[in-house]
Amino acid sequence: MSVAGPRHPGTPTYGDVNRDVLATLRPPGNLYFAWMSIVGLLLTCFVLAWTYQIFIGMGAAGKRTPQMWAMYITTFVFWIGIGHAGTLISAVLYLFRARWRTSIYRGAEAMTIFAVMTAGLFPLIHAGRMWFAYFLLPYPNQRELWPNFKSPLVWDVFAISTYLSISTVFFIVGLIPDIAALRDASTGWRRRIYAMLSLGWEGSDSQWRHYRRAYGLLAALATPLVLSVHSVVSWDFAMALVPGWHSTLFAPFFVDGAIFSGFAMVLILVLPMRYYFNLHAYIQDRHLDAMAKLILVTGLVLTYFYACELFTSWYSGDHFEKASLFWRLTDTYWWALATMYFCNCVAPLILFWKKARTSPFWLYVVSILVLIGMWFERFNIIVPSLGHDFYPYTWGIYVPTITDSTIVIGSFAWFFLLFLGFIKVMPSLSVVEVKETLPPPMKDATHGAHH
Amino acid sequence: MAPTTSTVVGVFAHVDTTVRALEELRAKGYHDLTVYTPLPVHEIEDVLERDRPVSRVRVFTLLGGIIGLIAAWLLTQWTSLTWSLFVGGKPPIGFPVSPPYIVIMFEMMVLFGGIATLIGMVVLGRLPKFRVSPSYDPRFTNDRFGVAVHCAPERIPSVRDILGGAGAEEVRA
Repeated sequence: MSVAGPRHPGTPTYGDVNRDVLATLRPPGNLYFAWMSIVGLLLTCFVLAWTYQIFIGMGAAGKRTPQMWAMYITTFVFWIGIGHAGTLISAVLYLFRARWRTSIYRGAEAMTIFAVMTAGLFPLIHAGRMWFAYFLLPYPNQRELWPNFKSPLVWDVFAISTYLSISTVFFIVGLIPDIAALRDASTGWRRRIYAMLSLGWEGSDSQWRHYRRAYGLLAALATPLVLSVHSVVSWDFAMALVPGWHSTLFAPFFVDGAIFSGFAMVLILVLPMRYYFNLHAYIQDRHLDAMAKLILVTGLVLTYFYACELFTSWYSGDHFEKASLFWRLTDTYWWALATMYFCNCVAPLILFWKKARTSPFWLYVVSILVLIGMWFERFNIIVPSLGHDFYPYTWGIYVPTITDSTIVIGSFAWFFLLFLGFIKVMPSLSVVEVKETLPPPMKDATHGAHH
Repeated sequence: MAPTTSTVVGVFAHVDTTVRALEELRAKGYHDLTVYTPLPVHEIEDVLERDRPVSRVRVFTLLGGIIGLIAAWLLTQWTSLTWSLFVGGKPPIGFPVSPPYIVIMFEMMVLFGGIATLIGMVVLGRLPKFRVSPSYDPRFTNDRFGVAVHCAPERIPSVRDILGGAGAEEVRA
């Protein structure tokens, strides 16, 4: 490369970026297919379990009054939460010009879309007769029956479908110039497909002009959307009168937890990508450090919310609220609560140490614990609250069955199937945005100084 | 097509040489330029955007957002009136809006605004492009910058001189 200028020897050039990102699309090895086989097997179990549930009925999923939400809605909220980090990185951090986002944002955006697609399965599975799922949408019909727009469940339909659509638009817009780079580097049928997908992008000044403006506007639109989606999901609970749910704390509490778990999932996906694709030059320790700091901060905020939740329940003086809380802390599900407190409040504290923030091993351990903790958080909100509300004759505990456990585990297979597929057909690192963080090639060394 | 205009393309490896060529071309009165870059570069945008209005994508976004907002308002209010029920002691609709409908209106505003932005980008950027422009080169999505000058045929030599003098690696007409 004939590139002069103030450049550290280890800094990649633009050409290196293209080469390294394209290298991630090389035909995969045995390890990849081994993972795909495990994922495929789990997904088959998922399909069989769902089929069984459709055949038998919702009883197969352990649904008995009062535990009608149980694991499906828990896992639904969990996946929606995972889906938060992507658009947070691509919209909020874009507006704040946090440059460390560039090397992880594509993977995070893909994760968002796949997580929301996974979450979207659960209302269908949970609805039982999922072929009537279109009842959720406001479609014109002869009897003039419409959804109740005052219901938080309908808000949720709108929030999640908007979130999925806008995240997808964001993802596609970001991909266009990168697919053009892929097109120019490939041959044969791949070239033709990439040429179609890139919409014939050439990177001319007029294309970039509108592209940049559109990207900024999308980020501005998506920023409030990120905050709204999990708020709306939280209102599914908070608008109800059930003790343990009826709280104004829920919206910020959910949004914070979503970012917390989302970043944990980003790390779980990014660390192996960095290792297997050898992307150490792009996903550096400082990127891991920045993500770990975000996990730490959101974890501390979450701890504060937990304390608030306990305090407001106790201080409310409301008999049912206090009884529900006491039951949750001491009876059947106390172990789930203890797991949640350990995973979400104690485990991330190790990230106070800089060594842990840059160590893939500790980051991985913390991330997995955070995901477990956040799944249990939603479980602890849903199951114990429903199990112990106003009247003793409506109390009841929930016991998982093989069917719903398989479906919950299978949802991870569905997510990883999509993600593993994605990293082999699309650039999982943004070619354009990574280049933006590199020093631009200058012939005259003095010009590069202001960067 | 009669060759009333020709195109000269200069391929550059550096940002500063590209900027130098652009400044020089503009100083000499060549304004019909197409610049290809693998990424948006501030230095190049600063030269090009000097006399251009801001991209009109924002008009699309604004209109999309307003349409979404109004559509959601009409949908929620009208459907509530087709089956007027007092729920929880509250009237079926409120003026200007019932608080629960704000959520729907917000979501629809973002949805329509976002999709309109995408449409705006595609329409204004003249996408999809089915034919490769003659001045395009695959290196422009990798690590080279391209300056295509659209000029009268007799001006080709002087444009070549400007591009070459500014430091182009390669100049072709």
